[in-house]
Amino acid sequence: MKISVAAVPYFWSADTYKEFYQALAKTSVDIIYLGETVCSKRRSLKIQDWLEIAQQLKDHGKEVVLSTLTLLEAESELSYLKKIVLQSDYQVEANDMSAVQIASEANRSFTVGSAVNVYNTHTLTKLNQLGMNRWVVPVELGKEELRPIASKAIELNIEVEYQSFGRMPLAFSARCFTARHHQLPKDNCQFKCLEDEQGLLIKTQEGDSFAQINGIQTQSSKVVNLLNRSQELASTNIDIMRVVPLNPADTIEAINKLEESISTLSPDITFENNQNYEYCNGYWLQIEGMKYVQ
Amino acid sequence: MELVCPAGNYQSLIKAVDHGANAVYMGLKNETNARNFAGLNFSDKQIAKAIEYAHKNGCKVYCAVNTYAREHTWKHWTRSVDTIMGSGIDTIIVADIGVMDYIRSRSDNFPIHLSVQASATNLESLNFYHRNFSIKRAVLPRVLSLSQVSMLARKSPVEIEVFGFGSLCIMAEGRCYLSSYLTGESPNTHGVCSPASFVRWEDNGSTLESRLNGLLIDRFEENENAGYPTLCKGRFQVEGRVEHALEEPTSLNTMAILPELKAAGVKAIKIEGRQRSPSYVASVTRTWRKAMDLINEQDKNVPSDYIDELANLAEGKQTTIGAYERSWQ
Repeated sequence: MKISVAAVPYFWSADTYKEFYQALAKTSVDIIYLGETVCSKRRSLKIQDWLEIAQQLKDHGKEVVLSTLTLLEAESELSYLKKIVLQSDYQVEANDMSAVQIASEANRSFTVGSAVNVYNTHTLTKLNQLGMNRWVVPVELGKEELRPIASKAIELNIEVEYQSFGRMPLAFSARCFTARHHQLPKDNCQFKCLEDEQGLLIKTQEGDSFAQINGIQTQSSKVVNLLNRSQELASTNIDIMRVVPLNPADTIEAINKLEESISTLSPDITFENNQNYEYCNGYWLQIEGMKYVQ
Repeated sequence: MELVCPAGNYQSLIKAVDHGANAVYMGLKNETNARNFAGLNFSDKQIAKAIEYAHKNGCKVYCAVNTYAREHTWKHWTRSVDTIMGSGIDTIIVADIGVMDYIRSRSDNFPIHLSVQASATNLESLNFYHRNFSIKRAVLPRVLSLSQVSMLARKSPVEIEVFGFGSLCIMAEGRCYLSSYLTGESPNTHGVCSPASFVRWEDNGSTLESRLNGLLIDRFEENENAGYPTLCKGRFQVEGRVEHALEEPTSLNTMAILPELKAAGVKAIKIEGRQRSPSYVASVTRTWRKAMDLINEQDKNVPSDYIDELANLAEGKQTTIGAYERSWQ
């Protein structure tokens, strides 16, 4: 079982990103996804900065994948996407069909991200013909539904990656919810999301957690936690357990815990700062995503 | 421009055809379409009757097979496609590329419209579906601004259809899993959002509460209009403030920008609402027909009383141009 770290979904300063990846380089993580996947206005790091980080991680023996924007609307976003997809040093993660199109036309292989809808072996096979060699499973798909598709993936030589820790990406909108909360128009958002290291919690009027807003993205309020289920994932033919970053320190803690859980087969989900989070694992068990079952 | 109206059932189809729809869209009675609600949609027998009535009156019929096929029940999707392709229907509306691939294995040129659920929001994405599946038309998600729609319509390799009126989905369609996070059922997997079977109303005397699978979505005072608890339209707490954190209960209405949509080369306007009543379909189709005739034949702006007529039919009795207008975003 390999461990991957998804692109940071939140907007951090250049220094925070750099320190985070320096720390990640020292962990046992196998694959690291880099880049901005949520909002094209977030540019604390330019493409050259990302490539420098990529090189440093590569030097530490990490596999680097350049990730891409999920919701692309403007032409400028498409040109930035093309630059990333058409560089030749790293594999890319396609989070929209536009990236699949650009990569397949250029005969490049690619990872398909969880926001591209692959719900059956027929879609998997078609994307494989176009160049997909790794598949990040849509967050809604649980183990029983996944099983036959993951079996097909073995036959097609596609690696299967499943989000096992972190908040799940649940929706993308034209609207920036962070700007809306601050009563600012999106075009003058003042980069308010830079103030929220892990997004903003939405609670019901009774205080139950509901969702997490992160710019135009809506995440699960609860943190998916399958740290104790690596064997179950392995027996469903999952090759890679994906960690979606929270804040830098807690992410590193969770990775260390996952590594320990995989190597010692210890069924334990706790890690330092554990008390700060509410957990869920419902999607994996094919029930409501927000539920947690012991 | 073509007016495409919802036909949730046979009665609505008749109303839409009689009041001037150029095309109607429908679904089968199963999870293969994004309005898989009890009492809606068409049986095999009804399809034949519906197509006959519409075609006799010069109206086209489209069928949505636009959810994402599940592996265990893949046959439900292929059987639905087989039924539809043999029915005399004009077009299938599809989102799943596995399903598109199946259609193309049966026919090189059967017309496919790309469903809004496929979430194609840019030129390269449209190129993808055009080159791989020869789609004829794409329905754009309700996330683009007017200038983005115009740009796309000018460059697109396929016809463009946009939403004109009805329920306002604020997330990129086909990419929202909030409903299954809360209930286990989503548009992608079950063809439903905030499903009615999970809704509970609680009257506490002075307030009325709406819940979805136990979670409080909204709380209404006596003088407030209590709307259906669509999960993105409730009032929640963010940093201690109670607000419509995602969106207010409101409907989309693009009548005011129809001349711009026409000038951009948009081919068709879609009216949302297969779950609405036949009389609703009749009223909305009638008003939109008048508006489209003004635009198509005389290039006139739509008078504001048409827009007011529609506001009364809208969710929360208010409408918005939505994402088409940059300030909404």
